[in-house]
Amino acid sequence: MTSTSIEAQVLQPYKYGFVTDIESDLAPAGLNEGTIRLISEKKGEPQWMLEWRLKAFRQWAKMTEPRWANVKYEPIDYQAIHYYAAPKPKKALSGLDEVDPKVLETFEKLGIPVSEQKRLAGVAVDAVFDSVSVATTFKETLSEAGVIFLPVSEAIREHPDLVRRWLGSVVPHNDNFFAALNSAVFTDGSFAYIPKGVRCPLELSTYFRINAQSTGQFERTLIIAEEGASVNYLEGCSAPMRDENQLHAAVVELVALDNATIRYSTIQNWYPGDEHGRGGIYNFVTKRGKCLGRNSKISWTQVETGSAITWKYPGCILQGDNSVGEFYSVAVTSRRQQADTGTKMIHIGKNTKSTIVSKGISAARGQNTYRGLVKIMKGADGARNYSQCDSMLIGDQCGAHTFPYIDVRNSTAIMEHEASTSKIGEDQIFYLRQRGLKAEDAVSMIVAGFCKEVFRELPMEFAVEAQNLLSISLEGSVG
Amino acid sequence: MLEVRNLHASVDSREILKGVDLKVNAGEIHAIMGPNGSGKSTLAQVLAGHPAYTVTEGSILYQGRDLLDMEPEERAQAGVFLAFQYPVAIRGITNGYFLRAAVNAVRASQGLSGLDPLDFLDVLQEKLKAIGWDDSFLSRPVNDGFSGGEKKRNEILQMAVLQPTLAILDETDSGLDIDALRTVAEAVSKLRTPGNATVLVTHYQRLLNYIVPDLVHVLVDGRIARSGGKDLALELEARGYDWIRPEVAAA
Repeated sequence: MTSTSIEAQVLQPYKYGFVTDIESDLAPAGLNEGTIRLISEKKGEPQWMLEWRLKAFRQWAKMTEPRWANVKYEPIDYQAIHYYAAPKPKKALSGLDEVDPKVLETFEKLGIPVSEQKRLAGVAVDAVFDSVSVATTFKETLSEAGVIFLPVSEAIREHPDLVRRWLGSVVPHNDNFFAALNSAVFTDGSFAYIPKGVRCPLELSTYFRINAQSTGQFERTLIIAEEGASVNYLEGCSAPMRDENQLHAAVVELVALDNATIRYSTIQNWYPGDEHGRGGIYNFVTKRGKCLGRNSKISWTQVETGSAITWKYPGCILQGDNSVGEFYSVAVTSRRQQADTGTKMIHIGKNTKSTIVSKGISAARGQNTYRGLVKIMKGADGARNYSQCDSMLIGDQCGAHTFPYIDVRNSTAIMEHEASTSKIGEDQIFYLRQRGLKAEDAVSMIVAGFCKEVFRELPMEFAVEAQNLLSISLEGSVG
Repeated sequence: MLEVRNLHASVDSREILKGVDLKVNAGEIHAIMGPNGSGKSTLAQVLAGHPAYTVTEGSILYQGRDLLDMEPEERAQAGVFLAFQYPVAIRGITNGYFLRAAVNAVRASQGLSGLDPLDFLDVLQEKLKAIGWDDSFLSRPVNDGFSGGEKKRNEILQMAVLQPTLAILDETDSGLDIDALRTVAEAVSKLRTPGNATVLVTHYQRLLNYIVPDLVHVLVDGRIARSGGKDLALELEARGYDWIRPEVAAA
C-alpha cells in the first residue's frame, strides 16, 4: 500500500494480445504516390477519390509532424510502414461464408458478434480487420428504414454523391499532419447515413482490429444524420501484443443537420505496450463533429484504456443556432502509457451549448494530459460552456497535467470551469478494506465512483464493458 | 476475545505506542481515554490494521488468532469494525451500494452468497430507523457532502449493518450535538450482545453517561497508565489528566 509496494505490483496481462495466423495481402512498405494509387486500385475507387487522396498526400509531404503534445516517442519512420494489409482472399466478399474462418474466429474471440445468428440485440456491427471491412451485419434491416451502413470503401462505390459531398467537410484533407496522412492512405472504416426524420432502429457499431505486423491502420468514418434523424454509434478496438509500435491514424467526421442527434461512444483498448514501454499502438486520431443544423446535437463519449500514446481531441463545431456539443471522457494511463487528449468546442451559432466532463486516471508510470479548447466566436450570442476536468493519481510515479484553453470573443458567453486533482488515498482504500473489501475491489470502487458521470452516458452494454476494462487496466496498480 | 500485549507501534519511525496491555472479554464495553496525542487513535488504527503504522513489538490475539498476521479486510471479515474518527468520502458511490458491497464481501468470506439489492433493502430498513434516517441517505454518495454529525451516524449505520464482534469507536462522539449523541449511544447500546465487545475511544465522559463501560483505561504517552471502573471517567472529568502523569513517569 505504500508507494514502494504499488511500484512493485505486476500489471494484468493484456487480454486481447493474440495474433491471428493468416496470410495477408500486404502492400510493400513505404509511402509514395504509387502506394496511394495501389490502395485506390485495390479498393476499385473512382478517379475523383484517387485525386482527393493524391491532393492530401502532396499536402502531407509538405507538413511536419506536430510535436506540441505532451508525449515523448522516437520519430516514426513513415517509409517502414505497410499502408495496406488485407486477409486473403482479396476478392470482394459477398457473404460471411466467404470470409476466412480464422478472421471470423478472431472476432468471436474478441466477443464481437459478426454472424447475425449470434447478434447482440439491437446492434449492427461493421468488423474491420487491418485494412478491410470483413462483415457488416443487418444491412437489410437498416435499409428498410432507409439507413445506409456500409464500409466506407463500398460507400465510395455505391453512394459516390453522398461521400463526395461530405467527405472532408468536417476534417479537411489538410487539417493536420495525421489527418492529411489518413486522407491519403485511408483504407476502410464505416459510413453511416441516416435519412431525414429517421431514428436509427439499431445501434451502429464498428470494431477495429489490427492484426498484421508493421502495418498501420488508417480508418475513415463518416456519419451523416439528416434533418431530425438520430443515431447511436459505438466503436471498439484492439490489437495483438507486439514489440514494435504500430501507427493508428484515423479520422472520424460527423455531420448533424437541423434537429439531428449523433451520439458517438468509443471504447479504445489498443495494445498499450508492456511495463517497460515496449510496443503498443500510437493512436493519433482526428475526430470532429459538425452541428451544422439548428438544434442539432453531437455527443462524444470515450473510454480510453489502451494505446502506448494517445493523441486525440474529439470536438464539435457548433455552427447551427441552439446546437449542443458534449464530450465525456475517461482516459486511463498505466504502465508507461502517455495520453494527450481532450476536446475542442467551437461555438459559432447563437445559444450554443457545450459540456465537457473529463476524467483522467494515471497509474504506474502513466502520463495523462487533458488538453481542451473552448472557443466562443463573435456571433455566438448566449453561448455557454461547462467544463469539468478531474484527475486521479494512483501511486507516485505517474503524472496528470491539464491545459485548458479558453478563447472568448463574445461578451454574452457564460463559461464555467471546474478542475480537481486527487490522489487515490491510502486512507480511502483502508476505509473500504476495513469494511471487508479486498484492496483491488476497493480501487475499482473508488475509480468507478470517480468515472460515474461518464459511464452513465454510455449505452448499457458498453458501460458494463468499460467498467470491467477499467478494473483490468488498473488491476495490481495498488496492492 | 482481544488480548493486546506489550504493543509498540510507530508511524514514520516515531514511536507512538510504547507497550500497551489490554484485555477485552466478550460482552464487555471498554472506554479508552487520555489526553491529546497519547496514542488513543493510533491504538484504534493499529487494531484495524492501518498500513501507515508499523508494529515494532508485542502481540495482539483476537479470538485466538494472531491479528497482526491478518490483512485489514481479513480482520473486518472476522468481525473487527472500526468506526472512524474522520470517515472519508467516496465520490460517485452511493451509500446503499457501498453497504451492500461491504456486507457481501463479509458474506463471501464466510462462503455465503451475496444479498441482492431487494433483500438487502429489507435488512437496511430497520437499521436506518434505529439511527433516525430515511431511505434518501442510501442514494447519497458515501460521506460526500455529509456534515460531521452525518458522517458519524453513517459509521454507526455501517456498524449496525455489519454487526461486528469487536467494535472500536474512535471518537464517534466528537462533533455530535446532544441529540445525535443520544441517538448514536442508543444505537450502540442496542447492538450489545453477550457475544460481542465494544472499545470506545473518547475524550469526554458525556458519552459514558449513555453507554456505561465496564472498564475505563487512561492512555498516557503510549501506555495505559491507569484502569478502573466507570467512576474513573468521572474523576478524569473533574480533575483532568495531569494527576495521572507522574505515575507514568514513576512506573
